[in-house]
Amino acid sequence: MVITSRSTINSVFFLILDFISVGCLFIMVGAEFLGMIILIVYVGAVAVLFLFVVMMLNVAEQKQSWFIGKKSTHIPIGLIVSVLILLELLVVVGGWKYKDDLMSSSTLNLSDISNTHQLGLVMYTDYILFFQLAGVILLLSMIGAILLTFRQRKGVKKQSYFNQISRNPSSSIELRDVENNKGVKIDD
Amino acid sequence: MEYLQILGNEVYKILFLLVPILVSVAMIVWLDRRVWGLVQKRKGPNVVGPFGLLQTLADALKYIFKEIIIPASANKVVFILAPIVTMTLALVAWAVIPISEELVLSDINVGILYLFAVSSLGVYGIIMGGWASNSKYPFLGAIRSAAQMVSYEVSIGIIIINVLLCVGSLNLKDIVLAQKELWYVIPLFPMFVIFFISALAETNRPPFDLPEAEAELVAGYQTEYSGMMYAMFWLGEYANILLMCAMGSILFLGGWLPIIDIYPINIIPAPVWMILKILFLFFLFAIIKAIVPRYRYDQLMRLGWKIFLPFSLVYLVFTASFLFYFDKLPKGNF
Repeated sequence: MVITSRSTINSVFFLILDFISVGCLFIMVGAEFLGMIILIVYVGAVAVLFLFVVMMLNVAEQKQSWFIGKKSTHIPIGLIVSVLILLELLVVVGGWKYKDDLMSSSTLNLSDISNTHQLGLVMYTDYILFFQLAGVILLLSMIGAILLTFRQRKGVKKQSYFNQISRNPSSSIELRDVENNKGVKIDD
Repeated sequence: MEYLQILGNEVYKILFLLVPILVSVAMIVWLDRRVWGLVQKRKGPNVVGPFGLLQTLADALKYIFKEIIIPASANKVVFILAPIVTMTLALVAWAVIPISEELVLSDINVGILYLFAVSSLGVYGIIMGGWASNSKYPFLGAIRSAAQMVSYEVSIGIIIINVLLCVGSLNLKDIVLAQKELWYVIPLFPMFVIFFISALAETNRPPFDLPEAEAELVAGYQTEYSGMMYAMFWLGEYANILLMCAMGSILFLGGWLPIIDIYPINIIPAPVWMILKILFLFFLFAIIKAIVPRYRYDQLMRLGWKIFLPFSLVYLVFTASFLFYFDKLPKGNF
């Protein structure tokens, strides 16, 4: 439904439904922590941003050039990418093998520790390096995004709380004698 | 047959939870208007029923008999779905709230994450409503509201982590039981204050009710809604407020635990304590609605991102190092 629906907004809503279903699947196989995190991160934050972007774009115009326009440049590239992904999927799924002791080892792990604890035990001991690296990469991309969009504009009125609070009557109020038929220059 | 019996049993339990919540939402609307009136030296609703208690029911009756108008240019499916989503999400979250040690619909391991997830989904009802109306004021209101809710969720998340550090479990029951000696409102008082203010922003209550700022945006995302659909938005909003109060009392005020565990006080049953705490928090919500002027939009964003977020992060580091230094970190059950 995400790719077949004609309206962009509808496909984003179906994408959200997809995310929710993934979360539900995680919960059903017993990984409740992961399921909840997917709900919070993907549905609660990422998909909201998707929705924003799609709502802001001029959807009607997009439809014109994508579906009705005769010369579509998207189709060949799209075909190449999708064929590549299909091949990769075939390679991965074709070579898929379960570990021999999968059942025994997973039942061993699922004893009576909640999977939040399990995750923490693995993540902060064996995989601490990768965990920290992922964090650093996220931080870098965040800073990068801010840097790319940041520009200092002149002539923007800003409120400075410190200046506002530290004003006092003696420096901000001034009495002036105004001569007849002559103005007063206030700003200097 | 057995399956049906189980299903019936569950439905009965769910109804037993939902009906009191809906009734209390009605009562709380009345309380809100009463407190608001008292602060402004008015009487508030006092005509229908004793003390005006049935005012909300009369209002609901009025809403039911009104016509539902759907704008011609609206996206009908999304338009109708929006209030349903808001209402459902507000009620669904109550499944994990423990009213007392035994009284809880589903006692799941990741209760607090569930609450957080459901409250972060609450944005959708508003965005959908604002977008589907296909009109500029609702859309502007919806965008404001979504930005506001997303940014205040971040600091609520960090505050929750603060509490979790002290508890060592994501289970709501464990969180309450960990406060047997000391309610977290005392050691984590700054966090409680920030949580309360963020909860105000999260539920779009004054002074953060910019999405509905009637002077600039007519009525925000609900402008085009009428009749029962408007009432559903409104019920969902109050159910959310109640939920935030319940969350606050579980995280910081010790849930169903009595103030001191000595004889004359601890015979009061646990649910009564829980309800009293929720009411206390709601009373604060109502008073703040009456006495605080509305924030400007950039001030709101500044407060969320530049003050609350860094402060709660610093406090998180402080809590963690304090617990680590004095070896008070929760050992957990593994």
